[in-house]
Amino acid sequence: MDAITDTVRKDHSPDQPLAVLQARGLSKVYHMGEVDVHALRDVDLDLFEGELAVLLGASGSGKSTLLNIIGGLDTPTSGTVTFRDHVLTEADDAALTEYRRDHVGFVFQFYNLIPSLTALENVQLITEIAVDPMDPAEALKLVGLGDRLHHFPAQLSGGEQQRVAIARAVAKQPDVLLCDEPTGALDYKTGKIVLEVIERVNRELNTTTAVITHNEAISKMADRVIRIGSGRIVSIETNEEKASPGELSW
Amino acid sequence: MVKQLLKLLSPLNKKLVRDINHLRGQVVATALVVACGVASFVAMQATYDSLLLSRDTYYSRYRFADVFSSVKRAPEGLEEDIRTIPGVAEVQTRVVSSVTIDLPDLPEPAQGRLVSVDLTRGSILNGLYVQRGRELADEARDEVLISGAFAEANGLNPGDSLNAVINGRWRRLSIAGIALSPEYIYEIRPGSIFPDNRRFGILWMSRRSAAAAFDMENAFNDVALTLAPGANEADVIERLDDVLEPYGGTGAIGRADQYSHRFVSNELSELEVFGTFIPAIFLGVVAFLLHLILSRLVGIEREQIGLLKAFGYSNRTIGLHYLKLAVLAIIGGIVIGIALGAWLGSGMTALYADFFRFPILEFTLPFSVVLWAFMISFAAAAIGAVTSVSKAVTTRPAEAMRPEPPADFRAGFLERSGLNRMFSAEVRMIARNLARHPIKALLSIVGISLSVALLFIGFYFYDAINRLIEIQFNRVQLEDVEVTFNEPLPSETRYELLNLPGVNRVETYRAVPVRLRFGSHSRRAGLIGMEQGGRLRNIVDKNLRDVRIPNEGIVLSTTLAESLGAAEGDEVTVEVTEGSRPVAKVAVADTVEEAVGMGVYMDSDALHRLLKESEVVSGAYLEVDEKYAQELYETLKNTPTVAGVGRPQAALDSFNETVGQTIGTSTAFLIGFACVIAFGVVYNGARIALSERGRELASLRVLGFTRREIGIILLGEQAILTGWAAPVGWAIGFVLCFATTRAIDAEIIRLPLVISVATFVYSFLIVAFAALLSGLLVAWRLRNLDLIEVLKTRE
Ligand SMILES: Nc1ncnc2c1ncn2[C@@H]1O[C@H](COP(=O)(O)OP(=O)(O)OP(=O)(O)O)[C@@H](O)[C@H]1O
Ligand SMILES: [Mg+2]
Repeated sequence: MDAITDTVRKDHSPDQPLAVLQARGLSKVYHMGEVDVHALRDVDLDLFEGELAVLLGASGSGKSTLLNIIGGLDTPTSGTVTFRDHVLTEADDAALTEYRRDHVGFVFQFYNLIPSLTALENVQLITEIAVDPMDPAEALKLVGLGDRLHHFPAQLSGGEQQRVAIARAVAKQPDVLLCDEPTGALDYKTGKIVLEVIERVNRELNTTTAVITHNEAISKMADRVIRIGSGRIVSIETNEEKASPGELSW
Repeated sequence: MVKQLLKLLSPLNKKLVRDINHLRGQVVATALVVACGVASFVAMQATYDSLLLSRDTYYSRYRFADVFSSVKRAPEGLEEDIRTIPGVAEVQTRVVSSVTIDLPDLPEPAQGRLVSVDLTRGSILNGLYVQRGRELADEARDEVLISGAFAEANGLNPGDSLNAVINGRWRRLSIAGIALSPEYIYEIRPGSIFPDNRRFGILWMSRRSAAAAFDMENAFNDVALTLAPGANEADVIERLDDVLEPYGGTGAIGRADQYSHRFVSNELSELEVFGTFIPAIFLGVVAFLLHLILSRLVGIEREQIGLLKAFGYSNRTIGLHYLKLAVLAIIGGIVIGIALGAWLGSGMTALYADFFRFPILEFTLPFSVVLWAFMISFAAAAIGAVTSVSKAVTTRPAEAMRPEPPADFRAGFLERSGLNRMFSAEVRMIARNLARHPIKALLSIVGISLSVALLFIGFYFYDAINRLIEIQFNRVQLEDVEVTFNEPLPSETRYELLNLPGVNRVETYRAVPVRLRFGSHSRRAGLIGMEQGGRLRNIVDKNLRDVRIPNEGIVLSTTLAESLGAAEGDEVTVEVTEGSRPVAKVAVADTVEEAVGMGVYMDSDALHRLLKESEVVSGAYLEVDEKYAQELYETLKNTPTVAGVGRPQAALDSFNETVGQTIGTSTAFLIGFACVIAFGVVYNGARIALSERGRELASLRVLGFTRREIGIILLGEQAILTGWAAPVGWAIGFVLCFATTRAIDAEIIRLPLVISVATFVYSFLIVAFAALLSGLLVAWRLRNLDLIEVLKTRE
């Protein structure tokens, strides 16, 4: 990550939890011919070490845009994103690739598995290029697919595919796990299983996790709930009492 | 403007225009292959047709004869007897003889073929076209016309003069003009396979002067005739031989055996063969490429097709839509190909015509060739369209509208074999994608391998020619100089030769023209009696096997043996067509598959016995000390009994100059063609892989794979296909080489089927390089891969 310039960290008091990711003044504007679409307007956001944050918001509110920017997939129109000592918004494409490769685990709504690789191989694909990965089979066991190692995506259900995607994301032991609508394509029961897996990863591996959803119910399992509307952060609440995914219902 | 035009189109046609625009990269790559295929087809067919037309016009306008014979000496009156042979139209008798020519800047003597021209009656047959200078004047005794290639090679012009030994006497001949004749389109010394225009040429002299010079007043030693319409050539030849026999006729030949005609015909038939199979390769590749592109398009548009069908569009309309797309995609290629082909064709025709020195150049691009170009291209398009669209249009709309089921991968060979563990995930992805579409993979391999094969055959010619040179100049002709005599000389001549400056070794030979008969077959040939234990001239087969001269019996070249139907151990009848014309039965002791010519060999003593003659020699092979060569040539020029001096090194140099260049040009074309095919196949293959797996690749980018890494995954497939194309291409190339060696007139040359390592290496490397470039061109597009887009949509 030498391409990302080190900067002096903003004043940080020791009693506050450490922010892994820090976004300041993020704006994203899409120019659509005559009109400008403001997907994000001046957003400040911190993700703290080991927390499970849920980003809640209506469709089109800018959740994915925000996640993509802090995940190093997209660049903002203005504002900065800092990951630990590194300013992502000043990084070039190669450096962003390295950032994603070494520090970020992604889980998407549509799994995005490689159809020509088995569950195990889909995970291995990532562990091969990771710095300090866990055993791919171990990762699959963690998501409850220890007996499905050699199945191809076409031979797995949607929920199972999503769990493979989670195993793939956590197997490299990322610093942050970013999940964009992980249950979006799943039914109620499978959705809950997937959330349980995410919660378990967050708890057992202490991975900083951000989950995007437009499902209010899911916010109960979060340490913090960040509400987004029309490209702005509307509110941030801390849950005094976290519910386990099993207790959720919608 | 374009937008307004677009508005006029029906919705389906609008889609067509947009599809083509969207697929423009692939359309261009395919059109390029079409253009090359059509261009090669049009160029070669037009060249072939034009040359055939030019040649035939030349032949008929200059009255090229049908039957030729030479004779020792026949009285003028015999001409009337020949004319009365049934089936003979016109007869021309001539005086033809070999002469030694002294050229100022050529150390060794050159050889000329002097042909008489009847100035009183005009040239009835084998007319001359005087290219420069003027015709012969009857009163001038020492005037000649010289042939074009010879004049050019030696820088001779009308008004110049040259010295020649005519009938044992030096004569100074002045050059009246430069002439061309249909009889000597290919100016080539009898018995050699490559022209050497510096050292061999034709001289035409007035009949009166020639007769005086060769003591042929009221006599002739050569006759040419044309056949009446419907006449049977074989019958006429037989009757002619009967008429000429008492006067020392050596046996008549038809046009098919006439040296120049045979070479020209061989050249043309090679052109025809290449003009058929090269376009065929291209159009096969075109059909495949269109299949590839349309299959992918139909796959993407599966749901749209279902929708169209649901709204009542017929299968025919939809099928036609894609067919139109295929045709539109290549139509530009066809038009460019025809234009390019016409241009190349006229250039090629001019080159060939220049090479052959046709005084008449008729370039035609028959409309039928253009029509064929369109038809075969459309046929290729139709094959591509039908094979890819038929499945989509026949599926029921409801089914078609459902998205295609997810790519279904299952454990295959790789998993079961346990080899799995040895490979990285990337390799497995590549391998499984290939295994999922084995037919497509196979066709891609075949497509690329065709370009390997084209190069293979191109480079093979170098190998074959190199081998030929090695055989001919390192194994067969080891002499420095070959001397042929006007007439058989006593064997003591050997010692006289040995006394000449610089001559270290002399081996003599006896040569007589013969007719060989076996069963109902008969062939003319030259029988050479060779010294036992000689080492300057050897009999070597095309696989470098040395053949020893047996004490008894003859060694027959395989081609000759085959055309006679004779094999080892058979007794063939040898009729000598010279001197006292003895006839004897001789056993075939051995056959030899020579690379060049159609030799018949026997022991010189055995030949003397057959001829019932004392030890006389027709010529000799000399080993010469280079230092004295100049002096030796000077002496030989001044020796009246020497008819010709041959120098293998000179022949080799001249060959490298002419033939080497021709091969270089055609190889350049083949390299270009091969690169276009490799580019077309690999570029399209990679573009389609990118379209099919763009989502997968973008996902990998999101997960932290670098552009290089996904580039490798994308191109790995093409790399493996290209790798496999090597052995397949070599195999196809080998078969093509074999077919080509068969297509070449075996009585002129038999190309050895030898292939060097370099041919294997280069034929692959060039294709691999073209493949790499086209792959990188596609990989460049990975820059524009939209990472976020793939996350929004389901596959
Ligand atoms: N490539 C783009 N071009 C133009 N506008 C875009 C683009 N991507 C997103 N937008 C706009 O930006 C806004 C925010 O989009 P975003 O995808 O972040 O929403 P979201 O909160 O993730 O919604 P959903 O819950 O539906 O996924 C939307 O109004 C969207 O239309
Ligand atoms: Mg979204």
